[in-house]
Amino acid sequence: MHLLGALFNSSIGKKLLMAVSGLVLFGFVTGHLVGNLQVFLPPDAINLYAHRLESLGIVLWLIRAFLLVCLIVHVWLAIKLTLENRAARPEAYAVQHVNRATLASRVMARTGFVVLAFIVFHLAHYTVRIGHPEWAEHTFRLSDGTMVRDVHTMIVQGFSHLGVSIFYILAVGILAYHLSHGIVSLVQTLGLKNERWTRGLERFAVAYCWLYFLLNASMPLAVLGGFVKQHA
Amino acid sequence: MVAEKTAKKLFSVTLRVWRQAGPAQAGRFVDYPAANVNPDMSFLELLDVVNDGLTVKGEEPIAFAHDCREGICGTCSCTINGKPHGPGHGIATCQLYLRSFREGDVIVVEPFRARAFPLVKDLVVDRSAFDKIQQAGGFISVRAGTAPDANSAPVPKRDADLAMDAATCIGCGACVAACKNSSAMLFVAAKVSHLGLLPQGQPERDSRVLAMVQTMDEAGFGSCTNQYECSAVCPKLISHDFIARMNRDYVKALFKSRFQPVSLGGGGGAG
Repeated sequence: MHLLGALFNSSIGKKLLMAVSGLVLFGFVTGHLVGNLQVFLPPDAINLYAHRLESLGIVLWLIRAFLLVCLIVHVWLAIKLTLENRAARPEAYAVQHVNRATLASRVMARTGFVVLAFIVFHLAHYTVRIGHPEWAEHTFRLSDGTMVRDVHTMIVQGFSHLGVSIFYILAVGILAYHLSHGIVSLVQTLGLKNERWTRGLERFAVAYCWLYFLLNASMPLAVLGGFVKQHA
Repeated sequence: MVAEKTAKKLFSVTLRVWRQAGPAQAGRFVDYPAANVNPDMSFLELLDVVNDGLTVKGEEPIAFAHDCREGICGTCSCTINGKPHGPGHGIATCQLYLRSFREGDVIVVEPFRARAFPLVKDLVVDRSAFDKIQQAGGFISVRAGTAPDANSAPVPKRDADLAMDAATCIGCGACVAACKNSSAMLFVAAKVSHLGLLPQGQPERDSRVLAMVQTMDEAGFGSCTNQYECSAVCPKLISHDFIARMNRDYVKALFKSRFQPVSLGGGGGAG
């Protein structure tokens, strides 16, 4: 069997691909959050950041393509593994008993699908800007005089919609919950975990996920609460 | 005094047992009231008593797997109240005593359920998939002949202890029965690690993990989702850390086997 065949077809290979693609996506959402937090700075910061990202050109598209491949691998294998795992127990137990599996670990497929729906919505909302063609038109003058796209205004206007903001907050909460199992699980799959530091890793995951959720939720909340306003 | 200390209050329970005449027949639960149960009886003894009653009445006794009845053979295999080997920690069904239950309890007894463990009858399932996995790599090659000198292959104490932890696996299949995915990872990880940690197991280390995992996959077990239900019910308390070790071992073996130098001389330098 070829290497790729073994990775995509063996149980441990599939686990490994789930872990590695999950790790990449985990790294992405972390970086994405840090970048977005610049919305709390004067509008120059996030607009310059967005401008620099968009100026990457082909490199940006390569990164996007790589992330998309990771997402497709992660979702595709998640569906495949879920179906295979269900088929491995054709007859369910009459008495369902859970020994120690956490709730987060038992709802990974469901939280994952919510996150996928959120990704589609989020891309349509802020990247493709469906329903808001005017967001592509807003421009902003940086301190050096360069005219760039006004991402700050787009974020403020986008989160000014209560329903949209609530959906964002719920979705990042579910994503954080998904990560709370994912972070610990991927380390186990990569074979880099043992009992000695499991507790520490679990604590890190819980702390990370709360921080991730609260920081993400802070942005729509700040817009709704009027702390981040549309600049003049 | 001794009699006083050992005299126990007898009580009654109801066994709700999965009865299925064969793989092709439909199964169902049947209730068997058991009165005057001694708390010091083992769970399998209770099944014996119930079966005696059934035999006297001319009914078919409950089929259940059992052998050593001291927790070392891995034959007994009931899922009791949803937990393989029943309530308790680090024990097999044969080491479960009625004192774990109370008057009036309804005890639900099901077979281990997994596609890879097809049902034979009632509570008996066919776990020969484990044998196939073992045959694929659960062995070492040794030089036949006179006995080697003692300690001719030095084994660090730590490795010996760890290998022994893995080697305590009795192959009962509770890990598969407890896993929501019916994954056999803990069993395979124990078998892979038991030999892979020792110097005697090194020649086949890579081929072992590749072959055993492949056989496991072919047998129809599910995949691991790192929820550790397996180690929670393992009668030998084998750690899921061995699964992490197997993941590591597997990936290493996979990459090594695919990037091995290819012989230009036809193999073995024989030209």
